Amino acid sequence: MALDNVWVFAEAADGQVKTITLEMLAKAREIADEVSCFYAGDGDDVAETLGDHGASTVFATGDLDDALVGPPVAAALAAKIEADGAPDLILFGTTYDGRDVAGRLSAKLGAPVITNVVDLVVDGDDVAGVEPVFGGTTNVTTRFTGDAVKIVLIRPKSFAAEPAGGSAADVEDLDVPELGNTGTATVTARFVEETSGPKLEEAAIVVSGGRGLGEAAKYEMVEQLAKLLKAAPGASRAIVDAGWVPYSYQVGQTGKVVKPTVYVACGISGATQHMVGMKGAKYIIAINKDKEAPIFSIADLGIVGDVHKVMPKLIEALEGR
Amino acid sequence: MHVVVCVKQIPDPAEPGSLDPATKTLKRTGNIILDESDSYGVEMALQLVTSAGGGTVSLVSMAPGGETKGLRTALAMGAADAILVSDPALSGTDALGTAKVLAAAIARKSPDLVLTATESSDGYTGTVPSQIAELMGLPSVTFAKSIEIDGSSVNVRRQTESGYDEVTCPLPAVVSVTAGVVEPRYPSFKGIMAAKSKPVEELTVADLGLSADEVGWAGGGQEIVEIAAAEAREAGRVVEDEGEGFAEIVTFLENLKVI
Ligand SMILES: Cc1cc2nc3c(=O)[nH]c(=O)nc-3n(C[C@H](O)[C@H](O)[C@H](O)COP(=O)(O)OP(=O)(O)OC[C@H]3O[C@@H](n4cnc5c(N)ncnc54)[C@H](O)[C@@H]3O)c2cc1C
Ligand SMILES: Nc1ncnc2c1ncn2[C@@H]1O[C@H](COP(=O)(O)O)[C@@H](O)[C@H]1O
Repeated sequence: MALDNVWVFAEAADGQVKTITLEMLAKAREIADEVSCFYAGDGDDVAETLGDHGASTVFATGDLDDALVGPPVAAALAAKIEADGAPDLILFGTTYDGRDVAGRLSAKLGAPVITNVVDLVVDGDDVAGVEPVFGGTTNVTTRFTGDAVKIVLIRPKSFAAEPAGGSAADVEDLDVPELGNTGTATVTARFVEETSGPKLEEAAIVVSGGRGLGEAAKYEMVEQLAKLLKAAPGASRAIVDAGWVPYSYQVGQTGKVVKPTVYVACGISGATQHMVGMKGAKYIIAINKDKEAPIFSIADLGIVGDVHKVMPKLIEALEGR
Repeated sequence: MHVVVCVKQIPDPAEPGSLDPATKTLKRTGNIILDESDSYGVEMALQLVTSAGGGTVSLVSMAPGGETKGLRTALAMGAADAILVSDPALSGTDALGTAKVLAAAIARKSPDLVLTATESSDGYTGTVPSQIAELMGLPSVTFAKSIEIDGSSVNVRRQTESGYDEVTCPLPAVVSVTAGVVEPRYPSFKGIMAAKSKPVEELTVADLGLSADEVGWAGGGQEIVEIAAAEAREAGRVVEDEGEGFAEIVTFLENLKVI
């Protein structure tokens, strides 16, 4: 082993630390002697969970009111690094805010970022990230050279979150310097789209629909099936772009990464950008009328058939149980 | 209203991509096209200029081999002019190096608004927009679903994990546009003809006042050490539905004990 210290960007939603943060902490513990977090908010709210997952300290900015988090957190980190020195590695999740902070911090420090990382390889002080390309068929390993701070963006579901049983992390202030022009974007209102059933990223079963459903109204079949299987409904980008379902349903490279026990793809072709979001599923079932559809190359059970025939019968059979 | 749109020109994703084992960069030998992700930014910019009642849309692109085909597509949609930064020294440039080049090129246009995509189709680092903003000392709003200019500020609906936020930000600013939020227009025949004579200013790294060691592999602070095939997922059983396909699924789920 290993690195002396790793910092992890901690995020929370609805008062709960996000799974991606806990996943990164599990890996950080493995590769470093000391793990700290930094957080845009009140550190006391997350100290217990972060400590339980192996963080010794959480540097917290306190309430940022309605500012977007990228500029204040990046500026605060850069100032802290300037004053107290840099850690061996800084990890961010591939999230909306994670990318914003990482991008700004990289520009401030002149530090490279390795992105889309699904695994870390540490050898002495050397750090490399493994990134899947071409729909996950090829892995590229990229190593940091030079002395700049090492920043890595980690894809969700790359590591398994697991508590380590530590006591609450110490909370330390992370001072936000004067931002000037960069800090002028503010949130004026927040809207939450209603979703039902289990969360897409956490469900044991996911049922997704694609353009093969034919029209927006037919997405109801996906919802019915999902309900019967206690599954979360998902979607390909094609039908998100078409406005059939909200973006929060999207599975894939620019959507959510899911790793359920079972993934059911209904009328989805299996484009590489879709597959990188779901090929980590333990079992894949696909229904597609084109037997050449790429989805069949990774499906454990492939049904060559019309979704409008197969799905109603499947729903009926499950309803009868 | 002067909008600069960053547009990336990429190898056609319809053709299978590969990495050049010698240079470890994406091969750029095939057809080079406008990244579809950026077509939304171009469309958004054209619409904003129209509703502002006037102004221009300029393009900025960095491409190592002097490629202009993707730029011509965006010019044919209605953009007025373009800066192309092209230099052999750019091969292997990482996201931060790209942002340095783009920021320097954008600055020459002094725009009110800079648009990018949230992520490119071939690189998808998703960090270039906030890097550009930081280098230029500008505020930024990423993942825009919609953009509205309101006097000297911009109102953005920013995609979030559970819905969206309304964000307001003074101009000039950098905004990254989510794919699929507008319908990019098809270039008209007239547009395609006009695009041929629209100005494309070609600049080198030195023209931008940057030194060659800030870009390319040298400027990157990272190197590719291994390219390996990922563990492949085996195809399983494929059955034609003759009316009993659903029962196959039921049995499969039963065997997994999930129903
Ligand atoms: C930068 C970038 C990022 C992207 N990110 C994502 C992402 O995150 N997620 C994502 O999903 N996509 C993403 N895409 C888009 C992706 O490339 C595909 O366009 C998209 O996944 C296709 O969706 P689809 O499978 O629903 O549609 P299509 O590819 O059109 O496939 C529809 C399928 O339905 C089948 N079908 C038609 N009728 C029937 C029927 N009656 N019964 C059964 N089957 C039928 C057809 O045979 C076909 O295989 C991205 C693209 C780019 C460029
Ligand atoms: N070489 C480039 N030329 C022009 N714009 C670019 C270039 N690279 C990245 N961009 C812009 O930045 C966005 C995000 O890129 P990336 O960070 O690589 O995912 C792209 O979608 C483009 O809008």
